[in-house]
Amino acid sequence: MSTVFIALQANEDTRPIIEAITADNPHAVVNQQPAMVKIDAEHSLVVRRQTIEELIGRDFDLQELQINLITLSGHVDETDDELTLHWNA
Amino acid sequence: MDMKATSGKKLGLKEKYRHMTRGLDWEPSYQKKEDIYPYMAYEGIKIHDWDKWEDPFRLTMDSYWKYQAEKERKLYAIIDAYAQNNGHLNVTDARYLNAIKLFLTGISPLEYMAHRGFAHAGRAFPGAGPRVACLMQSLDEIRHAQTQIHALSNYNKHYNGFHDFSHMLQRVWYLSVPRSFFDDAVTAGPFEFMVAIGFSFEYVLTNLLFVPFVSGAAYNGDMGTMTFGFSAQSDEARHMTLGLEIIKFILEQDPDNVPIVQRWIDKWTWRGYRVLTLVGMMMDYMLPKRIMSWKEAWEVYFEQNGGALFKDLARYGIRPPKWLDQIAFDKDHISHQAWATFYQYGAASDFHTWSPTDDELDWLSKKYPDSFDKYYRPRLEHWREQAKQGKRFYNTTLPQLCQVCQIPMIFTEPGDPTKTCYREVDYLGEKFHFCSDGCKEIFENEPEKFKQAWLPVNQIYQGNCFPDGTDPTVEDFEPLAKVLEYYHVNFGRDNLDFEGSEDQKNFAAWRGMATTNE
Amino acid sequence: MAVAAVKDYRFDSADRLENFHGNQLLFVGWEDHLMFCAPFALALPPSMRFGELVDTTLPGAFGYHPDFARIDWSAVQWFKSGQPWQPDFGRSLADNGLRHKDVIRFRTPGLTGIDGSCS
Repeated sequence: MSTVFIALQANEDTRPIIEAITADNPHAVVNQQPAMVKIDAEHSLVVRRQTIEELIGRDFDLQELQINLITLSGHVDETDDELTLHWNA
Repeated sequence: MDMKATSGKKLGLKEKYRHMTRGLDWEPSYQKKEDIYPYMAYEGIKIHDWDKWEDPFRLTMDSYWKYQAEKERKLYAIIDAYAQNNGHLNVTDARYLNAIKLFLTGISPLEYMAHRGFAHAGRAFPGAGPRVACLMQSLDEIRHAQTQIHALSNYNKHYNGFHDFSHMLQRVWYLSVPRSFFDDAVTAGPFEFMVAIGFSFEYVLTNLLFVPFVSGAAYNGDMGTMTFGFSAQSDEARHMTLGLEIIKFILEQDPDNVPIVQRWIDKWTWRGYRVLTLVGMMMDYMLPKRIMSWKEAWEVYFEQNGGALFKDLARYGIRPPKWLDQIAFDKDHISHQAWATFYQYGAASDFHTWSPTDDELDWLSKKYPDSFDKYYRPRLEHWREQAKQGKRFYNTTLPQLCQVCQIPMIFTEPGDPTKTCYREVDYLGEKFHFCSDGCKEIFENEPEKFKQAWLPVNQIYQGNCFPDGTDPTVEDFEPLAKVLEYYHVNFGRDNLDFEGSEDQKNFAAWRGMATTNE
Repeated sequence: MAVAAVKDYRFDSADRLENFHGNQLLFVGWEDHLMFCAPFALALPPSMRFGELVDTTLPGAFGYHPDFARIDWSAVQWFKSGQPWQPDFGRSLADNGLRHKDVIRFRTPGLTGIDGSCS
């Protein structure tokens, strides 16, 4: 099985995002590295707008991820509600 | 005109993106398409339907400015704070700054070249989707060049070797490696450029540059580099997605495209891998506080991530890049081979090198149990011993270079790290030499292109690397001094060993002033 | 395919012999001594005696290595483009069949670098 990942800067903005990702992806593994957090997940990983909004208590546009995103891997599918990373094989 | 707002409902992301890209495109009526897009056919790639292109990040210009402006504000706030706070005195050790000199001279100018390349590719493509994606990437790349230059200019106020990177890029021997890599890409057609930079470099290789090395910069107290590095790489996430999309798109359009794309993937993975030798050395030797070894980073970002990628692409008939066995074997060797090169040619560079400390040697032994003690430690310890006796090794005879990657012929035979790898080809009565099967095959596919290579060593011997008006026939002619003058490298300030350098003395004195009341 | 191009694409080689002002390039590597990170590139007159190359040029290039002084030149094995080859020390580079951009290597039996590490 192939692994997808997303890496975010480690700061106050990303704390609830990481919390939302781990809540929505129980299979994901969080790696803390200097100044960054890398989240690996077998096959696929989803970032959900609603989960983040519940944690931060305000509207969130998934494109705000751009500000603190470092890198990712896998095919990307982005809608208003979800950003999904996955491999087909 | 009656402009009645209709439902008041906001457009969804996909709809908005469609209106702002394809919705603004038009079909030409009085000019032929092949006249408007003259570079679409000659590479042999066949595209039947540009509308099949899907851009997965549906970023329109309004959101682009909004988020990029916010990133840039954060970045410049940090750069200012770092400068005002004399942040440079908080790096672990002034040796670290030499990695940053390499970054500025060897990597930032490539961002600028990428800006030009994507602008050109965007203009060349008839499809609205890739055109918009290339436009944004072109903007990203010029922003990266500028933010890196701004962030690093702070160091130029205090340390040597940062003073003339754009002049050096065109001249200094080792900078011909990254320079020729990008020159090769931008002089290829738009499809090859996209596979070369958009896919092979961005997707397969930039993580190695911008993630573990930049995380290492943070670890070594360099907030400026950490910030521009992560800020750049967040755009790379979009670029990687574009790179993957272009590959899928080309492959789905016509089965005849598959072998062409495969050859480009083989070529550009190898070329990019060769350029990254420099980054391997920076991680293993130039970060005073190590974060992970080059080999470990390679395993995470190339073997695991690249492995998943190529498994995914197998359904299009694409196989993993060639020469992976050699690449896997060499991950134990190339960073050491590169450091040994820069150490001995330390008189001809614009940055300092040094003998690793015992602590650093032990770290390398631990990280490279199969290679370091056996092949590299004896060499480094011998040199250190010699340096203590005042006989620091400066190699002053010029090395043979590979015709394709332009790196000195430092690499060893696949599977045997005790034998230099020599490969040669006779082409139209002339011999050409290569460091590897990969570089040799790349030459054989395009000999007319690579026989024009501007190899710095050979150019010196042709007399083309001295300042204007130099007469090399005068008595006591000192070629090295004249070459350094041509490079704008100040002998005794920018080059030679870190031990005894002005950078070392200044850093110690300023840090002393910052931490005591003397 | 020599190159993909939109029109006729022909250029001279950047390193053709005539650009070297009467010299020719010779590349020389010392087997089992990778302390010298790469083979050397030398620009030499084709009329130079091979013995002069060994006596005057090679010491400047390789002399830093402690093994260099121990070389028994009569026992050295030579290779040209990787094939065993026997130079005549009394004849010129040209008369030894060395052309522009040829690569030669030499192996010094019994000498294998610092602590036998091929450094």
